[in-house]
Amino acid sequence: MSDTANGRLAVRKTYKLYIGGAFPRSESGRSFVVTDHKGGFLANAAMASRKDARDAVSAARKAFPGWSGATAYNRGQVLYRVAELMEGRRAQFIAEVRSADGLGARQAEAAVDAAIDRWVWYAGWSDKIAQVRGAANPVAGPYFNFSLPEPTGVVAVIAPEASSLLGFVSVVAPAIVTGNTVVALASERGPLPAVTLSEVLATSDVPGGVVNVLTGRTAEVAPWLASHMDVNAIDLAAAPADLADDLATAAAENLKRVVRSTEADWTVTPGLQRMLTYLETKTVWHPAGT
Amino acid sequence: MPRLIPPWTDMPKFEYAPAPESRAIVSLRESYGLFINGEFTPGVDGRAFKTISPATEEVLAEVTEAGPADVDRAVAAARQAYERTWSVMPGRERAKYLFRIARIIQERARELAVLESLNNGKPIRESRDVDIPLVAAHFFYHAGWADKLEYAGYGPAPKPLGVAGQVIPWNFPLLMLAWKIAPALACGNTVVLKPAETTPLTALLFAEICQQADLPPGVVNIVTGAGETGRALVTHPGIDKVAFTGSTEVGKEIARACASGPRKKLTLELGGKAANVVFEDAPVDQAVEGIVNGIFFNQGHVCCAGSRLLVQESVYPEVLASLQRRLATLRLGDPLDKNTDVGAINSAAQLAKIRELSEVGEAEGAQRWSPPCELPVKGFWFPPTVFTGVSQAHRIAREEIFGPVLSVLTFRTPAEAVEKANNTPYGLSAGVWTDKGSLILWMASRLRAGVVWANTFNKFDPASPFGGYKESGYGREGGRHGLEAYLDV
Repeated sequence: MSDTANGRLAVRKTYKLYIGGAFPRSESGRSFVVTDHKGGFLANAAMASRKDARDAVSAARKAFPGWSGATAYNRGQVLYRVAELMEGRRAQFIAEVRSADGLGARQAEAAVDAAIDRWVWYAGWSDKIAQVRGAANPVAGPYFNFSLPEPTGVVAVIAPEASSLLGFVSVVAPAIVTGNTVVALASERGPLPAVTLSEVLATSDVPGGVVNVLTGRTAEVAPWLASHMDVNAIDLAAAPADLADDLATAAAENLKRVVRSTEADWTVTPGLQRMLTYLETKTVWHPAGT
Repeated sequence: MPRLIPPWTDMPKFEYAPAPESRAIVSLRESYGLFINGEFTPGVDGRAFKTISPATEEVLAEVTEAGPADVDRAVAAARQAYERTWSVMPGRERAKYLFRIARIIQERARELAVLESLNNGKPIRESRDVDIPLVAAHFFYHAGWADKLEYAGYGPAPKPLGVAGQVIPWNFPLLMLAWKIAPALACGNTVVLKPAETTPLTALLFAEICQQADLPPGVVNIVTGAGETGRALVTHPGIDKVAFTGSTEVGKEIARACASGPRKKLTLELGGKAANVVFEDAPVDQAVEGIVNGIFFNQGHVCCAGSRLLVQESVYPEVLASLQRRLATLRLGDPLDKNTDVGAINSAAQLAKIRELSEVGEAEGAQRWSPPCELPVKGFWFPPTVFTGVSQAHRIAREEIFGPVLSVLTFRTPAEAVEKANNTPYGLSAGVWTDKGSLILWMASRLRAGVVWANTFNKFDPASPFGGYKESGYGREGGRHGLEAYLDV
């Protein structure tokens, strides 16, 4: 992030929102100062508004049929490709995670490696979750009765504050691997690694709109996502404690599926609970006969 | 243009002599207490309400209205039974209690069926052939899980949640009780269940069955009452789990109530506005039977009822004529008569709601039709009703009527059928009628609904997970999936 190297003035990056595969500034024209852990200036990030949140939900809804209709094999490869591209930007991610999370070099390295590996872990789930979660049900009648998991739709996630990259990946990947599309609100204090990740997503094979990334004030944007009638599920595990109950109450208006439990440690291999919360079970009674 | 048959003229209605099932098998008490800690006890504040037969408005018994202090007692009894008895009992022993209960239900099946029809108004043919056999099946199915939970896919030693507060509706009183209590007990939880205010009697008979089975006191507690009792139960700080089946409106209220305070696991099985999609290659007679079963089974008091009929335009006249002809043969009347197809509406309030929405349907421009049908003078009755010329914007195409009222719409292509079927905030069930297996699976993968019936409708099985998408709720009941609602996973 150094401004000069070898006497050359560095070209700084503009950190924008990521909506529908494009990188707009906030429609509100607002930005906010992002600093490192010692208070040093890092960048002006876009400060998302209600309108940006709504645009992001529209983009996610538009992307849902294509992404949920892709084969599980295809989605698995797309997620794996994200890991490949992150690996290529490893040094940049380590530098950004150091600033954002206030970690030492080795810790930041470990966090980035774990984030990359998490994509790989989830990539492998795409074509297995239906076998683990599905069933052929022995009903008392002439039917082939089976149950399959299906994605619930648009998932809003409030990404963890303190784990700007690993935490972000750990809440986004379990939603999209099964075919959901996501609107993610990045860590308010350390949003930059999530923005850089969105650049990785844009240049990987993840279709535009599958992941949408907002930066800004959680307390301002999260209520619009929680009350949005076209959002099917919301991850509130990382929501600020004073906000979480109100967000869950708003989420009840269209019976969103809600994640509330908090992860103690993002480095631990996750269980299935996040994936399962964003999956519906469909049961089909298919006739058998001549 | 296929011939439009004047539907109710060309088929004689056979005259049947009355064939009522005897009421003598049921012995009702004059009044019932609350079933708490294995005994019937009076309510703390002495309030009671009368429960009637909706077919005749005859008072059947007086039932205790549980207040907050009674709910406290019930939750305390359930907690004690959970900690001292049920959660520490080996699964194989819990299993045997559930098998016992299943057997007693089979032994007393006729009694339960008659009482269900008396208190609910549903035809004895349905309570005898559908409800009660499924109740027994649910206990049998879940009994087997009690000592095999480590194989259910929720980890090597899945733990129960604790005390479950369960609130159920009046449309399938004992079956909904079974859907709630059987998995809860199999997983090692204890329960406090509130039956619907209009249909408490089979739940109270079930309490006697628990006594006959020597189920340890406090494992099952039944508190009767109305909305206030339900509210006291689901907001009680001493419960770990809330399971509710009922309206979407109340479901949302419960979700809001559970958004703050002590964490409770919540599952909701709510309303629906299911599409029943008939393609041109479907065998018409079979489809018509399915349409009738889809919406007129249980007087349409079914959350997954096929209340929106979507017919492919090319076969619309033929399907409609055949449907009208079939409806003219339905027998409406005494729920205890073995020939009755359509019973009584469950309550005056529900009847008023059905009437209101039907009037709205007419006012909004849809055409209303019912077969010639004499309604009994006493009790709550509504004839099978079909609306044609319905648009997607009509309230009768959007709102759950929960009565014997069918809205008919048409479509041209499979894609249009999917679009129309999914155009609802609900997502509980759907039906598809076609001879083409590939079209069934194509439709099934696109319909946003928790249960898809192909060439059948309203089929239930304890092994088959049931539950909704979107505003039809969350969580599943039945099958391996249904166990998750009662395990700490």
